[in-house]
Amino acid sequence: MEILMCIVAGMLFAAAVYLMLSKSLLRIIIGTGLLSHGTHLMLLTMGGLKTGTVPVLGEHAASYTDPIPQALILTAIVISFGVTAIFLVIAYRAYQDLGTDNMDQLRGSEADD
Amino acid sequence: MSLVHWAILAPFILAIFVPFFRKKAATIHTGWFVLILPVVLFVSFLQYLPVTMNNNSITHSAAWIPSLGIDFSVYIDGLSLLFILLITGIGSLVVLYSIYYLSKTKESLQHFYVYLLMFMGAMLGVVLSDNVITLYMFWELTSISSFLLIAYWFDRDRSRYGALKSMLITVFGGLMMLGGFLVLSIMGGTFSIRELAVQAPDLYHHPLFLLAMILILLGAFTKSAQFPFYIWLPDAMEAPTPVSAYLHSATMVKAGIYLVARFSPIFAFSSYWFWIVSAVGLFTMIWASFNAVKQTDLKGILAYSTVSQLGLIMGLLGAGSAALYFDSLDDNLYTAAVIAAIFHLINHATFKGSLFMVVGIIDHETGTRDIRRLGGLMSLMPVTFTLSVIGAFSMAGLPPFNGFLSKEMFFLSMVQLSELNLFNLETWGIFFPVLAWIGSVFTFIYSMIIVFTVFTGKFQPEKLEKKPHEAPAGMLVSPIILAVLVIVFGLFPNLLSYSLIQPAAAAIVPSIIPSGEQLDVNIYFWHGITAELLMTIAVVLVGIILYTFLPKWVGLYNYFPGKVTLNNLYDASLYTVERGSNSITKSYMSGFIRSYLVYIFAFFIALLGFTLWAKDAFRYDASNTSPIGYYEIGLLVVLCVATATILMAKSRLTSIISLGAVGYSVSLFFVIFRAPDLALTQLVIETVSTALFLLCFYHLPKLSRHEEKMSFQIGNALIAAGVGITVTLIGITAHSTKLFSSINEYYIENTYKKAGGENMVNVILVDFRGFDTLFEIAVLSVAALGIYALIKLRLEKGDDSVNENK
Repeated sequence: MEILMCIVAGMLFAAAVYLMLSKSLLRIIIGTGLLSHGTHLMLLTMGGLKTGTVPVLGEHAASYTDPIPQALILTAIVISFGVTAIFLVIAYRAYQDLGTDNMDQLRGSEADD
Repeated sequence: MSLVHWAILAPFILAIFVPFFRKKAATIHTGWFVLILPVVLFVSFLQYLPVTMNNNSITHSAAWIPSLGIDFSVYIDGLSLLFILLITGIGSLVVLYSIYYLSKTKESLQHFYVYLLMFMGAMLGVVLSDNVITLYMFWELTSISSFLLIAYWFDRDRSRYGALKSMLITVFGGLMMLGGFLVLSIMGGTFSIRELAVQAPDLYHHPLFLLAMILILLGAFTKSAQFPFYIWLPDAMEAPTPVSAYLHSATMVKAGIYLVARFSPIFAFSSYWFWIVSAVGLFTMIWASFNAVKQTDLKGILAYSTVSQLGLIMGLLGAGSAALYFDSLDDNLYTAAVIAAIFHLINHATFKGSLFMVVGIIDHETGTRDIRRLGGLMSLMPVTFTLSVIGAFSMAGLPPFNGFLSKEMFFLSMVQLSELNLFNLETWGIFFPVLAWIGSVFTFIYSMIIVFTVFTGKFQPEKLEKKPHEAPAGMLVSPIILAVLVIVFGLFPNLLSYSLIQPAAAAIVPSIIPSGEQLDVNIYFWHGITAELLMTIAVVLVGIILYTFLPKWVGLYNYFPGKVTLNNLYDASLYTVERGSNSITKSYMSGFIRSYLVYIFAFFIALLGFTLWAKDAFRYDASNTSPIGYYEIGLLVVLCVATATILMAKSRLTSIISLGAVGYSVSLFFVIFRAPDLALTQLVIETVSTALFLLCFYHLPKLSRHEEKMSFQIGNALIAAGVGITVTLIGITAHSTKLFSSINEYYIENTYKKAGGENMVNVILVDFRGFDTLFEIAVLSVAALGIYALIKLRLEKGDDSVNENK
């Protein structure tokens, strides 16, 4: 399963990178969203999958799933949410003020020659 | 800190007070306050003469950075004392001259004297330092203060050009020299020049010896304007004339000479040193004297003449280094070259200083330095004429001036060099006296141009901006003192021989002198009919003939390709470098974010892929994996389909919904992989994110919306695939090489016992690793505030910026 999950995460990364290389700002933001999904899945995979039961002591199981990656991912989810939210609003404002979300048009002015 | 240290620091300290003098005592020329210091320094350094005359030396050390072995140690021997007396003596005269040269009301004197004092202190530091790092520090300070002084009239283009040029070239040399110093001190294990000189014979066999030598020589050659680095000096003539007289004839350009002399005991064991120094010096001498003849600007002639004379001194020092190489030589012939070098160094400082001052007077009193507009000033400016005759005839090497003596000694050394079969010189040796002779002929010609085209011939008042008249007495004092010295040193050369020349020569060629004895330095006027006397006579005869027919053959200079000069080479290379770096930068800094992402990702793939391959790091081990169930397969299919839909989607809405689908399937993965808190959070956050996406983009006006399918680009796809594959491979490798087990046992055991909770993830978040959570809260708050500010805060645009955008 872990090998498969590595491949899935790699696929998410590839899709994310492909989107980030596109012209549309929206697609870039979608790309970052996919990138963080891929990262979270990768984090979880590296901690080992299904090695035990849910990490809650009430279960009285013989073994539990590693709780540390889960805590890390929880932090990462919240932070990436904050970043995505502000990124979206910046894109929204840029769209409003500049009237485009085409990254080829969103360039600094040419240096004077 | 000894008094000598304070002597070096005194000019810097006085420089702090110069603006104060300028402001509070504006009625008195600031130069008078400054003048006191070099005079006091000159007189006080005279007291060291008896010490150095007996070939003794004085060392004072002060800790600067003791942990790195960098001390502010000063060292006075014959060589440094000679330079100190030059710096302070000519410094006093130049300050005196500048008092009359620079207007009290029109010029910003505070700048001038601050820079000049900085330079004086730095120069004293260069010649007194025993520690190479301290020496380098003062060396760069001379470059900087020279830069400031050349651009003193900073509103002129030519001044700024000249200042930049000299800065680039001398700092280039300075940095090379620093490299040489570091190599040398690594070889010798010490920063002290004296300690390095002691180990000189061992250093010679070190493989880095040649590298250190060439780097240090680069520093010396750039500073002393040797070929091909002399090009900055003619452009430095845009500086005020006192600066040209002080820096660019008497002191700073001799720093390179000092360096060569100072390091001779270390490097002269190698025949490379002899060859490089003497060949570069002689070639510079003939090249610059040849070029001086065609100049039409008086300061231009003097600049090339300075280069030429510096080449002469350098050539003599190179020839003299053979004395160290062949220490079996008992007839001391080569030390004659060193003595000639030192003697000419003194002579050059006197006559060139006075000539520059004379040119400054001509410029000041007629308004031009162009020899085509000057003429017939002899009767109008008799004192200036006399001074220029003394200076120029001494430069040409005519008796009874001091230049005659040093030129005779120069010829003598060169003739001896050709006669002695050293370094297998039998065939090439003849070039030394021949080149020296040709260079001297040109020197004679341009010296005559200085005197006769300016002071004789037709007086052309209509071409002059001012009505010429004799300079004020104060302006004439300094050149008169120098001219008197020219004659005194010419008539009584032995005033100098044992007081200054002998100790300095002893410092340059220490091993040649038996301990307790002194070199035999006797400079006579009359040696009888010798080869060098005949050479001088020939110089005068040929020089007179060539000068008389100068208008007939000066046109020959036009046949030399005017475009192929070193100046053009310098300009073109600067231009090429500037253009080249500009176009390189433009070629990759395209302004498209896509390009930068491509660089980043390509680098990511290349670096990680290369590491995986080069270290043979890829591992595959499926033994420790969990089984694959049906739910997972189903979810994987959903995830893949959703991802593919995003890539294929025509409209934004579809891609946003698909992204939501990916998020929800990730949260379902969290469910399957036993992470309930993650699943909860992921569900909520995915919902909010999708809502945000919709809010932001669905309600926007349909400007030029890219509703069409994303066009497929093979380059992007390759990079994306590369990143995906790299990540996958690294993930598999990392999973297959677990080196030690997790620390989760501790958390599982102690979640209830120590923290009193049952949900391990939550206990880790708020108890074991609560700090992370605190700052994650901070991130969210900052994001919230940022979003609020972005939406609420609308700064009014100025009209200009609106127009610019349209």
